[in-house]
Amino acid sequence: MELLVNLLQAVGTVGGLGIAFGVILAVSSKLLAVEKDERVERLENVLPGLNCGICGYAGCASYAEALTQNETEFTKCAPGGEKAAKAIAEVLGVSIDVNMVKKVAQVHCRGGKTTAQYVFDYQGVKDCNALFAMHGGNKACPYGCLGQGSCIAVCPVNAISYDADGLVWVDKEKCISCEKCVSVCPTHVIKMIPYDADVLVACNSIDKGPVVKKYCSVGCIGCKICSKQSPEGGFVVDNFLAVIDYSQKGDREAAMEKCPSHCIIRNKSQIN
Amino acid sequence: MMTFIGIMLTYIFIENFILTKFLGLCPFIGVSKKVDSAVGMGFAVIFVMSMASLVTWMVFHWLLEPNGLEFLQTVTFILVIATLVQLVEMIIQKISPPLYKALGIYLPLITTNCAVMGIALINVQKNYGIIESLFSGMAGGIGFLLAIFLMSSIREKFETEWIPKPFRGMPIAFITAGLMALAFMAFDKALLNNLLG
Repeated sequence: MELLVNLLQAVGTVGGLGIAFGVILAVSSKLLAVEKDERVERLENVLPGLNCGICGYAGCASYAEALTQNETEFTKCAPGGEKAAKAIAEVLGVSIDVNMVKKVAQVHCRGGKTTAQYVFDYQGVKDCNALFAMHGGNKACPYGCLGQGSCIAVCPVNAISYDADGLVWVDKEKCISCEKCVSVCPTHVIKMIPYDADVLVACNSIDKGPVVKKYCSVGCIGCKICSKQSPEGGFVVDNFLAVIDYSQKGDREAAMEKCPSHCIIRNKSQIN
Repeated sequence: MMTFIGIMLTYIFIENFILTKFLGLCPFIGVSKKVDSAVGMGFAVIFVMSMASLVTWMVFHWLLEPNGLEFLQTVTFILVIATLVQLVEMIIQKISPPLYKALGIYLPLITTNCAVMGIALINVQKNYGIIESLFSGMAGGIGFLLAIFLMSSIREKFETEWIPKPFRGMPIAFITAGLMALAFMAFDKALLNNLLG
Protein backbone atom coordinates (compact mmCIF):
# COMPACT_ATOMS: atom_id res chain seq x y z
CA MET A 1 0.00 0.00 0.00
CA GLU A 2 2.79 2.36 0.93
CA LEU A 3 4.55 1.47 -2.26
CA LEU A 4 1.45 2.37 -4.24
CA VAL A 5 1.19 5.72 -2.52
CA ASN A 6 4.83 6.41 -3.29
CA LEU A 7 4.30 5.44 -6.87
CA LEU A 8 1.23 7.65 -7.24
CA GLN A 9 3.07 10.50 -5.58
CA ALA A 10 5.95 10.23 -8.05
CA VAL A 11 3.63 9.99 -11.03
CA GLY A 12 1.50 12.82 -9.72
CA THR A 13 4.48 15.09 -9.11
CA VAL A 14 6.07 14.63 -12.50
CA GLY A 15 2.72 14.68 -14.29
CA GLY A 16 1.57 17.75 -12.42
CA LEU A 17 4.81 19.57 -13.16
CA GLY A 18 4.52 18.57 -16.81
CA ILE A 19 0.96 19.89 -17.05
CA ALA A 20 1.90 23.12 -15.27
CA PHE A 21 4.86 23.75 -17.55
CA GLY A 22 2.78 22.81 -20.58
CA VAL A 23 0.18 25.41 -19.67
CA ILE A 24 2.89 28.03 -19.11
CA LEU A 25 4.39 27.29 -22.52
CA ALA A 26 1.03 27.33 -24.26
CA VAL A 27 0.11 30.68 -22.75
CA SER A 28 3.47 32.24 -23.52
CA SER A 29 3.46 30.94 -27.09
CA LYS A 30 0.21 32.83 -27.59
CA LEU A 31 1.59 35.94 -25.92
CA LEU A 32 4.92 35.88 -27.72
CA ALA A 33 3.66 34.70 -31.10
CA VAL A 34 5.66 36.14 -33.97
CA GLU A 35 3.51 37.32 -36.84
CA LYS A 36 4.54 35.46 -39.94
CA ASP A 37 3.92 36.83 -43.39
CA GLU A 38 1.45 34.33 -44.80
CA ARG A 39 2.63 35.23 -48.29
CA VAL A 40 5.96 33.50 -47.54
CA GLU A 41 4.24 30.17 -47.22
CA ARG A 42 2.20 30.71 -50.37
CA LEU A 43 5.34 31.68 -52.27
CA GLU A 44 7.12 28.57 -51.05
CA ASN A 45 4.30 26.49 -52.51
CA VAL A 46 4.65 28.28 -55.82
CA LEU A 47 8.42 27.86 -56.07
CA PRO A 48 9.80 24.52 -57.30
CA GLY A 49 11.38 23.64 -53.94
CA LEU A 50 14.61 22.38 -55.50
CA ASN A 51 16.81 24.69 -53.38
CA CYS A 52 19.20 24.95 -56.34
CA GLY A 53 20.38 28.42 -55.38
CA ILE A 54 20.51 30.06 -58.81
CA CYS A 55 18.43 32.97 -57.50
CA GLY A 56 21.35 33.84 -55.22
CA TYR A 57 19.58 32.84 -52.00
CA ALA A 58 20.24 29.86 -49.78
CA GLY A 59 17.07 28.12 -50.89
CA CYS A 60 13.50 28.55 -52.00
CA ALA A 61 12.41 29.56 -48.48
CA SER A 62 14.87 32.42 -48.19
CA TYR A 63 14.10 33.55 -51.73
CA ALA A 64 10.42 33.64 -50.80
CA GLU A 65 11.25 35.71 -47.74
CA ALA A 66 13.32 38.15 -49.79
CA LEU A 67 10.48 38.44 -52.29
CA THR A 68 8.00 39.48 -49.62
CA GLN A 69 10.38 42.20 -48.46
CA ASN A 70 10.75 43.52 -52.01
CA GLU A 71 14.49 42.88 -51.91
CA THR A 72 14.69 41.05 -55.19
CA GLU A 73 13.11 40.48 -58.57
CA PHE A 74 10.66 37.70 -59.12
CA THR A 75 12.20 36.50 -62.37
CA LYS A 76 15.23 34.97 -60.68
CA CYS A 77 13.86 31.46 -60.40
CA ALA A 78 15.21 29.73 -63.50
CA PRO A 79 13.81 26.25 -62.84
CA GLY A 80 10.34 27.67 -62.28
CA GLY A 81 10.68 29.84 -65.37
CA GLU A 82 7.79 31.89 -66.68
CA LYS A 83 5.19 29.92 -64.78
CA ALA A 84 6.79 30.56 -61.39
CA ALA A 85 7.37 34.25 -62.16
CA LYS A 86 3.70 34.70 -63.01
CA ALA A 87 2.60 32.83 -59.90
CA ILE A 88 4.92 34.92 -57.72
CA ALA A 89 3.54 38.10 -59.22
CA GLU A 90 0.03 36.87 -58.51
CA VAL A 91 0.82 36.14 -54.85
CA LEU A 92 2.50 39.51 -54.41
CA GLY A 93 -0.37 41.24 -56.17
CA VAL A 94 1.73 42.82 -58.90
CA SER A 95 0.90 42.59 -62.55
CA ILE A 96 3.87 42.00 -64.81
CA ASP A 97 4.61 41.18 -68.36
CA VAL A 98 6.99 38.24 -68.25
CA ASN A 99 8.70 37.10 -71.34
CA MET A 100 11.29 34.59 -70.29
CA VAL A 101 13.03 32.28 -72.68
CA LYS A 102 13.67 28.90 -71.09
CA LYS A 103 17.32 28.08 -71.48
CA VAL A 104 18.98 24.73 -71.14
CA ALA A 105 22.61 23.75 -70.77
CA GLN A 106 24.37 21.79 -73.47
CA VAL A 107 27.87 20.43 -73.95
CA HIS A 108 29.37 22.05 -77.03
CA CYS A 109 31.86 19.30 -77.84
CA ARG A 110 31.67 15.92 -79.56
CA GLY A 111 35.36 15.08 -79.50
CA GLY A 112 35.71 11.56 -78.15
CA LYS A 113 38.23 8.71 -78.27
CA THR A 114 37.60 8.10 -81.97
CA THR A 115 37.44 11.71 -83.12
CA ALA A 116 39.86 13.75 -81.00
CA GLN A 117 43.59 13.47 -80.34
CA TYR A 118 44.75 12.78 -76.79
CA VAL A 119 48.19 13.77 -75.53
CA PHE A 120 48.39 11.60 -72.44
CA ASP A 121 46.53 8.88 -70.62
CA TYR A 122 44.83 10.14 -67.47
CA GLN A 123 44.16 7.79 -64.58
CA GLY A 124 43.76 10.25 -61.71
CA VAL A 125 40.79 11.46 -59.71
CA LYS A 126 37.58 11.44 -61.72
CA ASP A 127 37.14 15.20 -61.67
CA CYS A 128 37.37 17.66 -64.56
CA ASN A 129 39.01 20.38 -62.49
CA ALA A 130 41.69 17.98 -61.25
CA LEU A 131 42.43 16.94 -64.83
CA PHE A 132 42.37 20.54 -66.02
CA ALA A 133 45.05 21.40 -63.47
CA MET A 134 47.39 19.08 -65.41
CA HIS A 135 48.39 21.03 -68.50
CA GLY A 136 44.76 21.93 -69.19
CA GLY A 137 43.59 18.39 -69.73
CA ASN A 138 44.61 15.24 -71.61
CA LYS A 139 43.20 16.34 -74.96
CA ALA A 140 45.22 18.10 -77.63
CA CYS A 141 42.29 20.53 -77.89
CA PRO A 142 42.39 22.87 -74.88
CA TYR A 143 38.74 23.95 -75.27
CA GLY A 144 36.90 20.64 -75.30
CA CYS A 145 34.99 18.49 -72.86
CA LEU A 146 37.34 16.71 -70.48
CA GLY A 147 34.83 13.92 -69.93
CA GLN A 148 35.46 13.30 -66.23
CA GLY A 149 31.84 14.06 -65.40
CA SER A 150 32.09 16.88 -62.86
CA CYS A 151 28.89 18.31 -64.39
CA ILE A 152 27.16 14.94 -63.98
CA ALA A 153 28.04 14.95 -60.30
CA VAL A 154 26.87 18.50 -59.73
CA CYS A 155 23.56 18.29 -61.63
CA PRO A 156 20.70 18.31 -59.09
CA VAL A 157 18.21 16.61 -61.42
CA ASN A 158 20.44 14.01 -63.12
CA ALA A 159 19.89 15.60 -66.50
CA ILE A 160 23.49 15.02 -67.61
CA SER A 161 24.86 11.60 -68.49
CA TYR A 162 27.32 9.80 -70.72
CA ASP A 163 25.93 8.75 -74.08
CA ALA A 164 26.79 5.58 -75.99
CA ASP A 165 30.07 7.10 -77.23
CA GLY A 166 31.18 7.97 -73.70
CA LEU A 167 30.59 11.67 -74.33
CA VAL A 168 28.65 13.98 -72.07
CA TRP A 169 25.17 15.10 -73.10
CA VAL A 170 22.47 17.15 -71.37
CA ASP A 171 18.87 15.98 -71.56
CA LYS A 172 17.03 19.20 -72.36
CA GLU A 173 13.74 17.77 -71.08
CA LYS A 174 15.23 17.28 -67.61
CA CYS A 175 17.41 20.43 -67.46
CA ILE A 176 16.09 23.05 -65.02
CA SER A 177 18.50 25.84 -66.11
CA CYS A 178 20.26 26.09 -62.76
CA GLU A 179 23.64 26.66 -64.48
CA LYS A 180 25.53 24.65 -61.89
CA CYS A 181 27.25 22.61 -64.60
CA VAL A 182 28.19 25.82 -66.43
CA SER A 183 30.05 27.12 -63.40
CA VAL A 184 31.77 23.83 -62.54
CA CYS A 185 33.12 23.20 -66.05
CA PRO A 186 36.79 24.28 -66.26
CA THR A 187 36.86 24.61 -70.06
CA HIS A 188 33.51 26.47 -70.27
CA VAL A 189 32.36 24.01 -72.88
CA ILE A 190 28.86 23.87 -71.38
CA LYS A 191 26.83 26.83 -72.59
CA MET A 192 23.22 27.86 -72.19
CA ILE A 193 21.06 27.69 -75.31
CA PRO A 194 17.31 28.20 -75.73
CA TYR A 195 15.16 25.17 -75.00
CA ASP A 196 13.59 25.32 -78.46
CA ALA A 197 16.93 25.60 -80.28
CA ASP A 198 16.86 23.17 -83.23
CA VAL A 199 20.60 22.80 -83.72
CA LEU A 200 23.84 23.76 -82.01
CA VAL A 201 27.46 24.09 -83.06
CA ALA A 202 29.07 21.35 -81.01
CA CYS A 203 32.52 22.87 -80.78
CA ASN A 204 34.23 25.31 -78.47
CA SER A 205 37.60 25.67 -80.19
CA ILE A 206 38.73 29.10 -81.30
CA ASP A 207 41.89 27.80 -82.97
CA LYS A 208 42.46 28.22 -86.71
CA GLY A 209 41.09 25.63 -89.11
CA PRO A 210 44.33 23.68 -89.81
CA VAL A 211 45.13 23.49 -86.09
CA VAL A 212 41.65 22.20 -85.26
CA LYS A 213 41.86 19.62 -88.07
CA LYS A 214 45.05 18.25 -86.60
CA TYR A 215 43.53 17.43 -83.22
CA CYS A 216 39.84 16.85 -83.86
CA SER A 217 37.82 15.52 -86.76
CA VAL A 218 34.51 17.04 -85.56
CA GLY A 219 35.76 20.51 -84.63
CA CYS A 220 34.60 23.78 -86.17
CA ILE A 221 37.27 25.04 -88.55
CA GLY A 222 35.73 28.45 -89.14
CA CYS A 223 35.08 27.86 -92.86
CA LYS A 224 31.91 30.01 -92.89
CA ILE A 225 30.08 27.50 -95.11
CA CYS A 226 27.21 27.51 -92.61
CA SER A 227 26.65 31.24 -92.83
CA LYS A 228 26.71 31.01 -96.64
CA GLN A 229 24.38 28.00 -96.81
CA SER A 230 21.89 29.37 -94.30
CA PRO A 231 22.18 33.16 -94.42
CA GLU A 232 18.97 33.51 -92.37
CA GLY A 233 20.15 31.01 -89.77
CA GLY A 234 22.04 33.48 -87.60
CA PHE A 235 25.44 31.81 -87.95
CA VAL A 236 28.19 34.16 -86.86
CA VAL A 237 31.76 33.00 -87.42
CA ASP A 238 34.09 34.84 -85.15
CA ASN A 239 37.53 33.70 -83.92
CA PHE A 240 37.29 30.66 -86.22
CA LEU A 241 34.26 29.37 -84.36
CA ALA A 242 30.67 29.43 -85.58
CA VAL A 243 28.18 30.68 -83.00
CA ILE A 244 24.43 30.68 -83.57
CA ASP A 245 22.43 33.81 -82.83
CA TYR A 246 19.19 32.14 -81.72
CA SER A 247 17.14 35.31 -82.15
CA GLN A 248 17.38 34.61 -85.89
CA LYS A 249 14.65 32.11 -86.68
CA GLY A 250 15.68 31.26 -90.25
CA ASP A 251 16.35 27.81 -91.67
CA ARG A 252 19.50 26.08 -90.42
CA GLU A 253 19.00 22.66 -92.10
CA ALA A 254 21.15 23.46 -95.14
CA ALA A 255 24.08 24.52 -92.99
CA MET A 256 23.79 21.36 -90.96
CA GLU A 257 23.91 19.22 -94.11
CA LYS A 258 26.84 21.00 -95.64
CA CYS A 259 29.08 21.46 -92.58
CA PRO A 260 32.36 19.74 -93.61
CA SER A 261 33.23 18.53 -90.13
CA HIS A 262 29.60 17.71 -89.15
CA CYS A 263 29.85 19.69 -85.96
CA ILE A 264 26.40 21.25 -86.35
CA ILE A 265 24.09 18.79 -84.63
CA ARG A 266 20.49 18.58 -83.49
CA ASN A 267 19.66 19.52 -79.90
CA LYS A 268 17.76 16.39 -79.00
CA SER A 269 17.10 15.23 -75.47
CA GLN A 270 18.97 11.98 -76.17
CA ILE A 271 21.79 12.05 -78.67
CA ASN A 272 21.76 8.36 -79.53
CA MET B 1 28.49 38.87 1.13
CA MET B 2 31.79 37.01 1.06
CA THR B 3 30.02 33.73 0.23
CA PHE B 4 28.43 35.29 -2.84
CA ILE B 5 31.72 36.69 -4.08
CA GLY B 6 33.29 33.31 -3.35
CA ILE B 7 30.58 31.51 -5.33
CA MET B 8 30.90 33.91 -8.22
CA LEU B 9 34.69 33.58 -8.41
CA THR B 10 34.47 29.81 -8.02
CA TYR B 11 32.13 29.22 -10.93
CA ILE B 12 33.57 31.87 -13.22
CA PHE B 13 37.24 30.99 -12.85
CA ILE B 14 38.12 28.11 -10.57
CA GLU B 15 35.41 25.68 -11.59
CA ASN B 16 34.64 27.15 -14.98
CA PHE B 17 32.07 24.81 -16.48
CA ILE B 18 33.73 24.52 -19.84
CA LEU B 19 37.42 24.81 -19.19
CA THR B 20 37.79 22.87 -15.95
CA LYS B 21 34.63 20.76 -15.71
CA PHE B 22 34.32 20.13 -19.48
CA LEU B 23 30.55 20.45 -19.49
CA GLY B 24 28.60 22.07 -22.33
CA LEU B 25 31.27 21.58 -24.98
CA CYS B 26 28.84 21.21 -27.88
CA PRO B 27 27.72 24.86 -28.06
CA PHE B 28 31.21 25.93 -26.99
CA ILE B 29 32.69 24.46 -30.18
CA GLY B 30 29.63 24.87 -32.38
CA VAL B 31 28.79 28.55 -31.85
CA SER B 32 32.25 29.96 -31.25
CA LYS B 33 33.03 30.85 -34.87
CA LYS B 34 31.80 34.43 -34.60
CA VAL B 35 32.01 36.74 -31.62
CA ASP B 36 28.50 38.13 -32.18
CA SER B 37 26.65 34.85 -32.05
CA ALA B 38 28.96 33.51 -29.33
CA VAL B 39 28.10 36.42 -27.05
CA GLY B 40 24.39 36.00 -27.86
CA MET B 41 24.64 32.34 -26.96
CA GLY B 42 26.53 33.25 -23.78
CA PHE B 43 23.76 35.56 -22.61
CA ALA B 44 21.09 33.00 -23.47
CA VAL B 45 22.98 30.44 -21.37
CA ILE B 46 23.36 32.90 -18.47
CA PHE B 47 19.61 33.44 -18.50
CA VAL B 48 18.77 29.77 -18.75
CA MET B 49 21.28 28.75 -16.08
CA SER B 50 20.16 31.35 -13.54
CA MET B 51 16.49 30.63 -14.12
CA ALA B 52 17.10 26.89 -14.08
CA SER B 53 19.01 27.13 -10.78
CA LEU B 54 16.20 29.14 -9.24
CA VAL B 55 13.34 26.96 -10.46
CA THR B 56 15.11 23.66 -9.79
CA TRP B 57 15.89 24.83 -6.27
CA MET B 58 12.24 25.63 -5.72
CA VAL B 59 11.11 22.34 -7.22
CA PHE B 60 13.62 20.34 -5.21
CA HIS B 61 13.21 22.01 -1.83
CA TRP B 62 9.52 22.77 -1.91
CA LEU B 63 8.17 19.84 -3.86
CA LEU B 64 10.53 16.88 -3.95
CA GLU B 65 12.22 17.02 -0.54
CA PRO B 66 9.06 17.34 1.63
CA ASN B 67 7.51 14.37 -0.17
CA GLY B 68 10.65 12.26 -0.05
CA LEU B 69 10.92 12.18 -3.81
CA GLU B 70 14.57 13.20 -4.16
CA PHE B 71 15.14 10.34 -6.58
CA LEU B 72 13.03 12.23 -9.13
CA GLN B 73 15.46 15.14 -9.28
CA THR B 74 17.04 14.24 -12.64
CA VAL B 75 13.70 13.77 -14.40
CA THR B 76 12.10 16.92 -13.03
CA PHE B 77 15.22 19.01 -13.66
CA ILE B 78 15.20 17.96 -17.29
CA LEU B 79 11.55 18.98 -17.48
CA VAL B 80 12.32 22.38 -15.95
CA ILE B 81 15.29 23.03 -18.22
CA ALA B 82 13.44 21.99 -21.38
CA THR B 83 10.55 24.32 -20.52
CA LEU B 84 12.91 27.21 -19.82
CA VAL B 85 14.75 26.73 -23.09
CA GLN B 86 11.48 26.74 -24.99
CA LEU B 87 10.55 29.95 -23.22
CA VAL B 88 13.90 31.56 -24.00
CA GLU B 89 13.58 30.49 -27.63
CA MET B 90 10.20 32.21 -27.90
CA ILE B 91 11.50 35.35 -26.22
CA ILE B 92 14.57 35.59 -28.48
CA GLN B 93 12.49 34.97 -31.60
CA LYS B 94 10.20 37.80 -30.54
CA ILE B 95 12.88 40.27 -29.46
CA SER B 96 15.77 39.61 -31.82
CA PRO B 97 15.14 37.60 -35.02
CA PRO B 98 18.76 38.04 -36.24
CA LEU B 99 20.10 36.52 -33.02
CA TYR B 100 17.52 33.75 -33.35
CA LYS B 101 18.80 33.02 -36.86
CA ALA B 102 22.45 33.19 -35.79
CA LEU B 103 21.98 30.76 -32.90
CA GLY B 104 20.06 28.37 -35.13
CA ILE B 105 20.07 24.77 -34.00
CA TYR B 106 22.24 25.54 -30.98
CA LEU B 107 19.45 27.35 -29.19
CA PRO B 108 17.25 24.27 -28.70
CA LEU B 109 20.47 22.44 -27.90
CA ILE B 110 20.78 24.43 -24.66
CA THR B 111 18.19 21.91 -23.47
CA THR B 112 20.86 19.25 -23.55
CA ASN B 113 23.65 21.57 -22.45
CA CYS B 114 25.01 19.58 -19.55
CA ALA B 115 26.32 22.76 -17.89
CA VAL B 116 22.69 23.70 -17.12
CA MET B 117 21.92 20.27 -15.73
CA GLY B 118 25.27 20.31 -13.95
CA ILE B 119 24.63 23.53 -12.05
CA ALA B 120 21.21 22.30 -10.93
CA LEU B 121 22.65 19.07 -9.55
CA ILE B 122 25.63 20.84 -7.95
CA ASN B 123 23.26 23.23 -6.17
CA VAL B 124 21.50 20.26 -4.62
CA GLN B 125 24.75 18.50 -3.82
CA LYS B 126 26.32 21.51 -2.08
CA ASN B 127 23.09 22.31 -0.26
CA TYR B 128 23.00 25.92 -1.42
CA GLY B 129 20.22 28.27 -0.34
CA ILE B 130 17.93 29.87 -2.91
CA ILE B 131 19.97 33.06 -3.35
CA GLU B 132 23.22 31.11 -3.44
CA SER B 133 21.74 28.84 -6.10
CA LEU B 134 20.72 31.82 -8.20
CA PHE B 135 24.21 33.26 -7.89
CA SER B 136 25.95 30.01 -8.71
CA GLY B 137 23.76 29.62 -11.79
CA MET B 138 24.49 33.13 -12.93
CA ALA B 139 28.20 32.68 -12.26
CA GLY B 140 28.21 29.42 -14.19
CA GLY B 141 26.60 31.25 -17.12
CA ILE B 142 29.09 34.09 -16.89
CA GLY B 143 31.90 31.54 -16.88
CA PHE B 144 30.40 30.03 -20.01
CA LEU B 145 30.15 33.48 -21.61
CA LEU B 146 33.76 34.23 -20.71
CA ALA B 147 35.03 30.96 -22.16
CA ILE B 148 32.98 31.17 -25.37
CA PHE B 149 33.86 34.84 -25.86
CA LEU B 150 37.61 34.15 -25.51
CA MET B 151 37.32 31.15 -27.78
CA SER B 152 35.40 33.00 -30.49
CA SER B 153 37.86 35.91 -30.43
CA ILE B 154 40.71 33.49 -30.96
CA ARG B 155 38.86 31.62 -33.69
CA GLU B 156 38.09 34.85 -35.54
CA LYS B 157 41.84 35.49 -35.61
CA PHE B 158 42.35 32.04 -37.11
CA GLU B 159 40.34 33.08 -40.16
CA THR B 160 43.17 35.31 -41.32
CA GLU B 161 46.10 33.23 -40.10
CA TRP B 162 47.90 30.52 -41.98
CA ILE B 163 47.33 27.20 -40.27
CA PRO B 164 48.79 23.87 -41.42
CA LYS B 165 46.17 22.11 -43.49
CA PRO B 166 45.47 19.11 -41.23
CA PHE B 167 44.78 21.48 -38.31
CA ARG B 168 42.31 23.79 -40.02
CA GLY B 169 38.79 24.01 -38.60
CA MET B 170 37.90 21.70 -35.71
CA PRO B 171 41.37 20.29 -34.81
CA ILE B 172 42.89 23.69 -34.07
CA ALA B 173 39.73 24.62 -32.13
CA PHE B 174 40.12 21.59 -29.90
CA ILE B 175 43.83 22.23 -29.38
CA THR B 176 43.04 25.83 -28.47
CA ALA B 177 40.38 24.71 -26.03
CA GLY B 178 42.90 22.38 -24.43
CA LEU B 179 45.47 25.15 -24.03
CA MET B 180 42.82 27.47 -22.59
CA ALA B 181 41.84 24.78 -20.09
CA LEU B 182 45.49 24.50 -19.11
CA ALA B 183 45.60 28.24 -18.50
CA PHE B 184 42.48 28.05 -16.34
CA MET B 185 44.23 25.47 -14.16
CA ALA B 186 46.12 28.42 -12.69
CA PHE B 187 42.96 29.45 -10.85
CA ASP B 188 42.56 27.19 -7.87
CA LYS B 189 41.20 27.10 -4.35
CA ALA B 190 44.49 28.30 -2.85
CA LEU B 191 44.33 31.42 -4.98
CA LEU B 192 40.77 32.08 -3.77
CA ASN B 193 41.84 31.64 -0.17
CA ASN B 194 44.70 34.08 -0.65
CA LEU B 195 42.41 36.63 -2.25
CA LEU B 196 39.60 36.44 0.28
CA GLY B 197 41.66 35.57 3.34
